[in-house]
Amino acid sequence: MGQQSRLEEILKAGSLEEILGTAVPYPKEIELKGELTRDMIEELSRIKNEPDWMLRHRLKALELFQKLPMPKWVVGVEELDLENLTLYSKPEIGNEVKDWDDLPENIRRTFERLNIPEIEKKFLSGLTAVFDSESVYSNLKAEFEKMGIIMLPMEEAVQKYPDLVKKYFGRVFPAGEHKFSALHHALWSGGVFVYVPKGVRIPFPVEAFFVIGSALEGQFEHTLLVADEGSYIHFIEGCSAPMYKGFSFHDGMVEIYAHKNATVKFTTIQNWSRNVINFNNKRAIIEENAYVEWIEGSIGSQITYTYPSSVLKGEGARTAQYVVSLSNGPFMKDTGAKTWHLAPNTSSKIVSKSISANGGINIYRGLVRILKGARNSTATVSCDSLILDEESKAYTYPHNQSDEPTASIIHEATTGKLGEDKLFYMNSRGISEEEAKSLIVLGFISEILEGLPFEYVEVLKKVIELEFSEVGGVG
Amino acid sequence: MLMLKVENLHVKVADKEILKGVDFELASGELHVVMGPNGSGKSTLALTIAGHPRYVVTEGRILFEGKDITYAKPEERAKKGIFLSFQHPVEVEGVKVINFLQRTLKNLRGIDEVEAYDMIFKAVEDLGFDSSILSRELNVGFSGGERKKLEMLQAYLVKPKLLILDEPDSGVDVDSLKVIAGVIAKLHSEGTAILLITHYGRILEYLNPQRVHVLKEGKLVVSGGMELVKLIEEKGFAAVEENGTAVKA
Repeated sequence: MGQQSRLEEILKAGSLEEILGTAVPYPKEIELKGELTRDMIEELSRIKNEPDWMLRHRLKALELFQKLPMPKWVVGVEELDLENLTLYSKPEIGNEVKDWDDLPENIRRTFERLNIPEIEKKFLSGLTAVFDSESVYSNLKAEFEKMGIIMLPMEEAVQKYPDLVKKYFGRVFPAGEHKFSALHHALWSGGVFVYVPKGVRIPFPVEAFFVIGSALEGQFEHTLLVADEGSYIHFIEGCSAPMYKGFSFHDGMVEIYAHKNATVKFTTIQNWSRNVINFNNKRAIIEENAYVEWIEGSIGSQITYTYPSSVLKGEGARTAQYVVSLSNGPFMKDTGAKTWHLAPNTSSKIVSKSISANGGINIYRGLVRILKGARNSTATVSCDSLILDEESKAYTYPHNQSDEPTASIIHEATTGKLGEDKLFYMNSRGISEEEAKSLIVLGFISEILEGLPFEYVEVLKKVIELEFSEVGGVG
Repeated sequence: MLMLKVENLHVKVADKEILKGVDFELASGELHVVMGPNGSGKSTLALTIAGHPRYVVTEGRILFEGKDITYAKPEERAKKGIFLSFQHPVEVEGVKVINFLQRTLKNLRGIDEVEAYDMIFKAVEDLGFDSSILSRELNVGFSGGERKKLEMLQAYLVKPKLLILDEPDSGVDVDSLKVIAGVIAKLHSEGTAILLITHYGRILEYLNPQRVHVLKEGKLVVSGGMELVKLIEEKGFAAVEENGTAVKA
């Protein structure tokens, strides 16, 4: 399978399609579609052989989903007809998957195409791969298992560690928050559970990779990450989908609980194909002196809604939220970050960088809330927009509110445009318009790229180059 | 050999005619000077030859090495060997100088990144520049002198067939001026043809032009030798008009 050369192949690819691949039909063991009913949820829970408490959790969420109104801020999802979607899809795979070779060829190939097995071998402590609605592969290197680290498909964790899971599941990001979080909790499937014991530091990142294999599917994976006192973990989340006609819907959730003195870095690189409606629910609760860093990179999808959120619960808790969004073509990213300062001496930093090109729209929606009593807390927000042509747009809607007189919030915003003179300067050095754009974009986000492992940076650079190549992004 | 031929060039910018029929020729290896008062169309001439999209040729043509490049894309002109050193190089946020130079060398001279890296550091040393400039963003926060020096560094690396300099001497101190003139003289001695646009004569103290053209109100009114520069220095551009016919070649 020529693993050694896969990165090179990716770096030589002539189009995004070569990287993402095109959808091919594949056998599915079970599909649930049609109207969302109690029966369907019960069926889903039965397929997963779930304990009663989880079924009740789902049914409660279903009720909330039916009651809650469509959020007013959701625009552009007219296409979304849940009755038309397959809400649960289990690909046909063997019972025991210990190795990539145990997976059906089409699924294995999809991950190989994205260089996932090679990255796992070289860079990661562990990897979970989710295809459609199920975790199809999950492997934590033995040395880390010995340290007491748990990394399991979410369903397996529900079975094996019910008490631990119950303590956190749905407690960080409750079902009742809004219609889509309720939908997620009713239908969740796949995803990963990670527990890092007290004082344990995982030296290499752990990754979860999500693929939606075909059109008209909903993916509702749930990731729960618990970092116990003084522990450290870097979690990377990758999302991809091959090119297909028709849309798919992603409504995933990430819950992070960072206990006292723990450090969690959570990196997302989302490159869904351009017909995925992507909805994310991400939140972290951060205890005393703990630190959570979000890097949210949104490249693909038709529409993305994502606002990684941090609740600074304990004194001295810190967070940084880096949000990078590229809308190249008739696509939209509604992204941002949310932070609540609940305790004294907490600090937060939001850095948002959006790039709009070829009619793309970026919206920054941010919230910083410092509650009374969160003495001496500080928040900084910086919002940079880069607009590459006349047809593209960027909007920022920051909401900063401090009820604590000793706290401070600093907000900065800049908008850069690629004007004719800048472009001509580059052109006059033999650099074409397409090249100039990718150079400028990569420069614009270089501060954030610096925090990522080399191999990811190389692939990201390639993807951005292809986005602006003469062939054009994938429409 | 004829390198650049400008024939009856008429150029409009935002519907205003700036150049009103300019003719001149530049042979390979020659150094020509274009002088003229503010607003005479000097920068327009430079930017039009380099292919700026805002400068629209309404009549006439530009030939480079015998080929019509009047409507060629700027990057194509650059690849043929034309290099414009800008009067006001723009700030390009986010792009590091080193990466920009590497890409320029790759596109214009086919030099790979690793080799380019070494070349760039050597060139910085040759010219006595501070290498910290390489890790900064392209022209961002640069002083006028720094911008001009960076243009020179680029020209020195690219070694173009034709170097067009748009007021390389404006806004620079005497020391920088010497450095800039030194780079121009060096490139010229190595065979680069030069079209030097200047408002003042002071850079010419360091150079030996073959020919001096005077541009006024969109037309070349006079072409001659260094004596024109003296005349302008002593009596201003107004004198040229009066004496135009007398010195015209």
